[in-house]
Amino acid sequence: MLAIVAVGGTAVAAPKDDLATMRSRFEQRFAGVPADDYGFGTFMLNRAARSHYEDIMAFPPFLGDIERGKTLWETRFRSGRTYADCLPAGGRMIAGNYPYYQPAEDRVVTFEMALNRCRAANGEAEYRYDDRATMGVLTAYARSLSDGMRMNISIDSDGAKARYEDGKRLFYRRIGQMNFSCATCHVNNAGNVMRMETISPAIGQATHFPIFRGGDTLYTAQMRFTRCMEQVRAQPFAIGGEDFNNLEYFHAYLSNGLPLQASVYRR
Amino acid sequence: MTRRGGEPQRRQAVTTGMPIFVSRRRFAAAALALLLTPTVATAAALDGRAIAQGQERGNCLACHRMPADPLAMTDATLGPALQDVRKRYPDRSQLRAQIWDAAARNPETLMPRYGRHRILTDAEIDAVTDYVFGL
Ligand code: HEC
Ligand code: HEC
Repeated sequence: MLAIVAVGGTAVAAPKDDLATMRSRFEQRFAGVPADDYGFGTFMLNRAARSHYEDIMAFPPFLGDIERGKTLWETRFRSGRTYADCLPAGGRMIAGNYPYYQPAEDRVVTFEMALNRCRAANGEAEYRYDDRATMGVLTAYARSLSDGMRMNISIDSDGAKARYEDGKRLFYRRIGQMNFSCATCHVNNAGNVMRMETISPAIGQATHFPIFRGGDTLYTAQMRFTRCMEQVRAQPFAIGGEDFNNLEYFHAYLSNGLPLQASVYRR
Repeated sequence: MTRRGGEPQRRQAVTTGMPIFVSRRRFAAAALALLLTPTVATAAALDGRAIAQGQERGNCLACHRMPADPLAMTDATLGPALQDVRKRYPDRSQLRAQIWDAAARNPETLMPRYGRHRILTDAEIDAVTDYVFGL
């Protein structure tokens, strides 16, 4: 009884309240920036960098990677079927629903996991989540089929809420020799400059993965998380593991309502 | 690929003030330089500027501009610019204390606790203090 009162009594905010609080914080900090611009991340905050970004996006140096991803996407499994046969709606306008909580397994399923499940269901070996040449380029193409969809992460059960809370805990937990959390940089210091890089706000960060850093090196969301953890001299979680999946679930929720655009340039 | 992500490590030699992300083309050279750079240099050879500016050691440029040093390439706004330091810290030992454990003065600070958390050795902190004292 006491325990129930304690749990009920502590203010565990509903996800929508978390998001409203963070949004209003950024609306004050970045007054005048249109909501849909948050997907530009660091480029939403600097006019010169934004126009450089747009120049590069006119002729992206990574089109070859997307082309290779398209070939993988279209190649039939030995079963004769394809990813499009396996995913909802033929794989179009769905990426904004991922990650989602799967009650039967009591865990979060990322978009990459869904692709691997198609492979497994059709008798193919799964791709490694950290392999740029397979899973990387495949998601670069597959996510682009959802460009323009608005992020739509749902947290609609106690199980889902528990995964969200776990991701939130990881997002706010201080780690590494530098003792930073994700929030230290992407909430408290969004808009500040670290060396040469303007730090982007957490809202909007999930809409456009994978990114191509330097125009040619593909990073899925979890690869970028890894990079940030290394930067604060922390031991990164395993790519494709439960910690990162839950973190990605929480993190993606923060971008709800924003339009997807897969495969973009980053510095 | 390894658990650490395995992508090209965008690191740099401690002797330069290059931006925090080094291009892949520079990576090979930087990696080589790193191999040749001992992690803990001997006291005699300590170069306070290199320790302060290098991303592998002090990495002060992630947060601080150093307007008096033309080699300090950064646009950082996370911490105050380090300038006229001797005016702000007439007493060198207070400057050293700030670098050794910034949280002693401000528990909420972003600045890493270089001495208390053993990010830098005592000798390295002395070298950095001397360098910053001159800014
Ligand atoms: C020490 C500061 C710092 C910390 C801590 C940090 N990041 Fe980052 N992060 C950056 C910088 C700098 C960039 C590159 C500029 C940008 O895009 O914001 C970046 C980029 C990103 C991006 C890419 C955004 C885009 O649009 O390309 C994501 C996603 C991200 N970080 C998530 C995280 C997560 C999740 C954590 C915690 C595990 C984290 N970061 C911790 C500094 C940090
Ligand atoms: C991650 C960010 C960060 C890093 C890295 C960092 N600092 Fe700081 N530093 C700060 C902040 C923020 C302050 C402002 C004071 C506070 O937070 O209490 C500060 C304050 C200082 C001050 C006091 C300035 C004043 O005018 O009072 C000195 C001196 C200083 N830092 C030196 C260094 C040196 C030397 C290094 C590298 C060895 C370094 N800092 C690395 C963030 C940082």
